Amino acid sequence: MAKDIRITPIKNGTAIDHLNTGSAYKILEVLDLRDFTVTVGMNVESRKMGKKDIMFIEGRELSKNELNTIALVGKGATINIIRDAEIKNKSELGYPESVEGIMKCINPKCITNAERIPAKFQIRKEPLEAKCFYCEMRMGEKEIISSIKSD
Amino acid sequence: MKGSLKSAEKQNARKNTDFTDVISILDFTRPMIERVLGRAQQLENMPRPQKAKILENKVVASLFFEPSTRTRLSFETAAQNLGARIIGFSDANVTSTSKGETLSDTIHIIENYADIIVMRHFIEGAAKRAAEISKVPIVNAGDGANQHPTQTMLDLYTIRKEFGKIDGIKIALAGDLKYGRTVHSLMYALSQFDNVTVYLISPESLAMPRHIIEETRKKLKIFETANIEKYIKECDVLYATRIQKERFPDEVEYQKVRNAYVITPQIVAKGKPSLRIMHPLPRVNELSQALDGTPAALYFKQAANGIPVREALLSMLADAKKGTGG
Repeated sequence: MAKDIRITPIKNGTAIDHLNTGSAYKILEVLDLRDFTVTVGMNVESRKMGKKDIMFIEGRELSKNELNTIALVGKGATINIIRDAEIKNKSELGYPESVEGIMKCINPKCITNAERIPAKFQIRKEPLEAKCFYCEMRMGEKEIISSIKSD
Repeated sequence: MKGSLKSAEKQNARKNTDFTDVISILDFTRPMIERVLGRAQQLENMPRPQKAKILENKVVASLFFEPSTRTRLSFETAAQNLGARIIGFSDANVTSTSKGETLSDTIHIIENYADIIVMRHFIEGAAKRAAEISKVPIVNAGDGANQHPTQTMLDLYTIRKEFGKIDGIKIALAGDLKYGRTVHSLMYALSQFDNVTVYLISPESLAMPRHIIEETRKKLKIFETANIEKYIKECDVLYATRIQKERFPDEVEYQKVRNAYVITPQIVAKGKPSLRIMHPLPRVNELSQALDGTPAALYFKQAANGIPVREALLSMLADAKKGTGG
């Protein structure tokens, strides 16, 4: 595959780079980007990672909750905020310490599922684990990814 | 100056041990646990008329959304011993919950009637949610399979009362270690103390969850076995739990395991003379009735210790300053 990415650069918005392969698909599922121009590269060759996914979102800077969601789905991704075709801010996404309202608790007996309260989790790293603030249920990486809401 | 410094120190010490709700044993540090146990001991020795003034003119709400006899009666006795008046229910079917009222709404109503709310709920995390929105202290008397912190407190109080300390204790936890919330909470609580050894005795299918072992092994010395007699000579306490039939896919497997974990006088005789048997009760057949009345049988005293421990928690919460709730 050619190394130059066949993606049109964006003028304003967010570029998400160094995503683990397969994460772009999940991010499209969990972020509501229907009204924006989004360009996605999947399984793109990368010097650093071998293969990676990359996304460009035109005209949209992501919120903290959205960045936390991406951090859980694609650890180590780089976020580039682009304004007037220039990178204004570049940061590597680490796991957040806690998240609220972005995923459901997998415990069907949890109060968040019984009364539709936004679920809150404490995040622990290595291995990734989310502990429910209410029922103390622990969720591993696979459960976290599958429970991230896609409204 | 010296006086004010001392009082500032006292205030700081108190700050470190203060709590405004009792929800999960994970919220309690060693100084907090010790303060509760110390208060329980003080109350156990306090004359009744003096004790009855502590919650005089206070109202304790006892909200049992799920049936419970011993825990409810223990809490209500503790509240009455302290002079409180009690309101509440012991069956959610008689409340608006059966009409679909949310827990949040129930709490917002009751917080205006009572100074402290004791609650048991079948939904996990219900007590935490109630504490988040209530302007009065919440005491968790059990939330589904999650937490039952006052049981753990009374377990610790029982050990301390019997052995004079918790540090250095050697305790075997036997039976269903996978689903039993009592033994999970006890593991976390014991990991706050020094040089504690825990022997985990269970069939492989009912073993202690790995995450609990991983989280506590820095502080606890942990040994695992399926053989109840293997470490019996080392133990100060053998803490038995009930093995529930519904956890097994077939009857044969259940019968095999059930009989392997029955504590009999013969097993107890293999331990030290000072070995004590604890059990959160109710028991089915895992504790032989032949043990009742022997020096090893600590389980009825353990249940009785629920009163001073719950009195301690209620009396400490009476002074708790909570925010305005939500």
